[in-house]
Amino acid sequence: MDFMVFQYPMISVQACLDGILLGILFALIAYGMALQWGVMNIINIAQGDLVILGGYIAYFMYLYGIHPAWGVIVAPIIMYFIGVGLYKLVINKVVDRDLFISILATFGISILFMQLMNFAFGADVVLANSGYGTTFLFDSAVVLPNSKIFSAFISILFAICLVIYMKKSKLGRAIRATAQNARAAKILGVDTEKVYAATFGINAALCGVAGALISITFTIHPYMGLPYTIRSFMIVIVAGLGNLPGVALSGMGLGVFEEFADYILGTEFRIGAVFLLLVLILVYRRFKLSRKREYLK
Amino acid sequence: MKINKIILSFISALALLLSSSVTSFAKVVGDKIILGSAISLTGKYSSNGVHTQNGYNMAVDRINSMGGVKVGGKTYKFEIIYYDDESNPKRAAQLAERLISQDGVEFMLGPYSSGLTKAIAPVTEKYGVPMVEANGASRSLFTKGYKYLFAVLAPANLYLDVAIRTAVELNGGKGVRIAQAFEQDAFSQDVRLGILDAAKETGSEIIIDDKLPKELNDMAATLVKVKQMKPDVLVVSGHTKGALTAIRQIAEMKVDVPMLAMTHCDAAKLSKQHGKNSQYALCASQWHKTLTYKDDFFKDGMTYAADFTKEFGYDPPYQAAESSAALLVFKDAFERANSFDQKKVRDALAATNMQTFYGNIKFAPGGQNVDKPMVLFQVMCDSAGKCENKVVAPLKWASAKLIHPVPKWSER
Repeated sequence: MDFMVFQYPMISVQACLDGILLGILFALIAYGMALQWGVMNIINIAQGDLVILGGYIAYFMYLYGIHPAWGVIVAPIIMYFIGVGLYKLVINKVVDRDLFISILATFGISILFMQLMNFAFGADVVLANSGYGTTFLFDSAVVLPNSKIFSAFISILFAICLVIYMKKSKLGRAIRATAQNARAAKILGVDTEKVYAATFGINAALCGVAGALISITFTIHPYMGLPYTIRSFMIVIVAGLGNLPGVALSGMGLGVFEEFADYILGTEFRIGAVFLLLVLILVYRRFKLSRKREYLK
Repeated sequence: MKINKIILSFISALALLLSSSVTSFAKVVGDKIILGSAISLTGKYSSNGVHTQNGYNMAVDRINSMGGVKVGGKTYKFEIIYYDDESNPKRAAQLAERLISQDGVEFMLGPYSSGLTKAIAPVTEKYGVPMVEANGASRSLFTKGYKYLFAVLAPANLYLDVAIRTAVELNGGKGVRIAQAFEQDAFSQDVRLGILDAAKETGSEIIIDDKLPKELNDMAATLVKVKQMKPDVLVVSGHTKGALTAIRQIAEMKVDVPMLAMTHCDAAKLSKQHGKNSQYALCASQWHKTLTYKDDFFKDGMTYAADFTKEFGYDPPYQAAESSAALLVFKDAFERANSFDQKKVRDALAATNMQTFYGNIKFAPGGQNVDKPMVLFQVMCDSAGKCENKVVAPLKWASAKLIHPVPKWSER
């Protein structure tokens, strides 16, 4: 245990800012997960792998001399079609089935994606350099890479666009209707098949954006997807489905929690701390639920 | 019932006969010496697995085309049976078992990485199969008393030892303040033990001792501490991802540290991925093409590098060079043993004392190579942004002068 973070107030500020910027990015991935979980009742274990695939798209643009920031536009477009294709191939067969079946199916997709990415792009760790420089705050005591600020800004922009789209567009309304009651929506003429495909596509597109941002801010590697799946699962569990402000808040909370865990417990326990928090939240939820049940009795 | 039993025993007898006949001919078939290797062609080690395989293949072709191996007045050629271990230790152990008991291989070449070598070594040891390995540097491989394991590379605890000693020397012989961050795998933890030993011997102090996770892609917390505590040396070992993440975040956060020493810069293609940001980083390496060791097959490092690039289209990382050296060691041992008896070959391997283009090779009783020091190179870039790795330590092999302390970011 190391309590340096509390001895120097500027380190706390640094940890909070780092955590918030990181959390906003997590929230974007989690929002995609919440969307398709809510609409299709599918927990997508391959979420993180879709993120990494998006990262590779930005990386390849960078390799060919295009600035990787353009990846946030190109990656979601390609990923949307990959998402729709994936839905038509596999996911449509597990919608409406037991949750366990969908977990198994997406787990299989996750393994397949990892191996395919490894096969296609190699096992090297790669990154795309944005050359965005650094912002110094408080007399250089706090340092923020501009790539992180850029990531957070783009994530917020996409989230806002998505909310407006969901509220105003025809497809958005159809998606919300299907989420509320798929059967009723079907009776009222909503083509739920199309809605499901679009939802999965939108989720993949969001993963694509996040992946492009991760390739600019951190590193990518074919086997690095799982931590992103776990984080988004956890954010959704805390925030609940269809609650965007909740997802954003719990994303940022998780980001800050991770940063402090990193400083206090050490980097090696960072993901471990996330797991522990997940277990605690699940236990707490169960406890709350059982009390409610007793009351109902 | 009785007939069934007879048929069954007949079939088993036949199977036994067939399998044993395969075994007895497999080690040397006609004029071929068959070596076996489980190697990571897929999975997370596949890049370095391929470097290893290319190194092996290059040496096999070279030795075969230059007269092969002479044993008992007859000339033999090398051939290697490869299986893909999928970067998975359990799979590697199974494949070693298969190579030995089904394919009848009696001499093995090592896989890639310490972890996989650790999985295979008990199997080769059980069957008394001599294994020359070139990519498992973990200290724990050499403390288990294995008799049939020989490593052509220097053990992991020596990787960054020379960096600490150089820093102390530059500090006028006084101890330095060290910040270190290591991944939690067998290899990096051994590198860490080496640093602890060096620190103790030189009277240096370790002021930050962070451990990094397997899924590392953010080490901002460690770097913030480094900014605050201002150590003299920052040491990082976390395979390719550690090297890449460290350089990216040090440059972004403008962390000034007089000396930065790392492992795996070669495999991380540091200067290619980070350009000028990687300048001044010190990297531990088993081998560098400018070293002046010589042998009859590859001449020297520069010639090896040129030939390798011609054949495979990229500059050889040290993983390829050490793998090629493993074959040279086997050839030398077979000829000195003048036999294919596993015990005799093993004894000949233990008595190896030779120079290859990769370095001197002489095995300690534990099986590690004690005659080849690690080298440190520094990434140096010209004003046009073209970067090169130049050997700076030990002084005997240096092709450039170490730049120390690293200039501050504000002055670059």
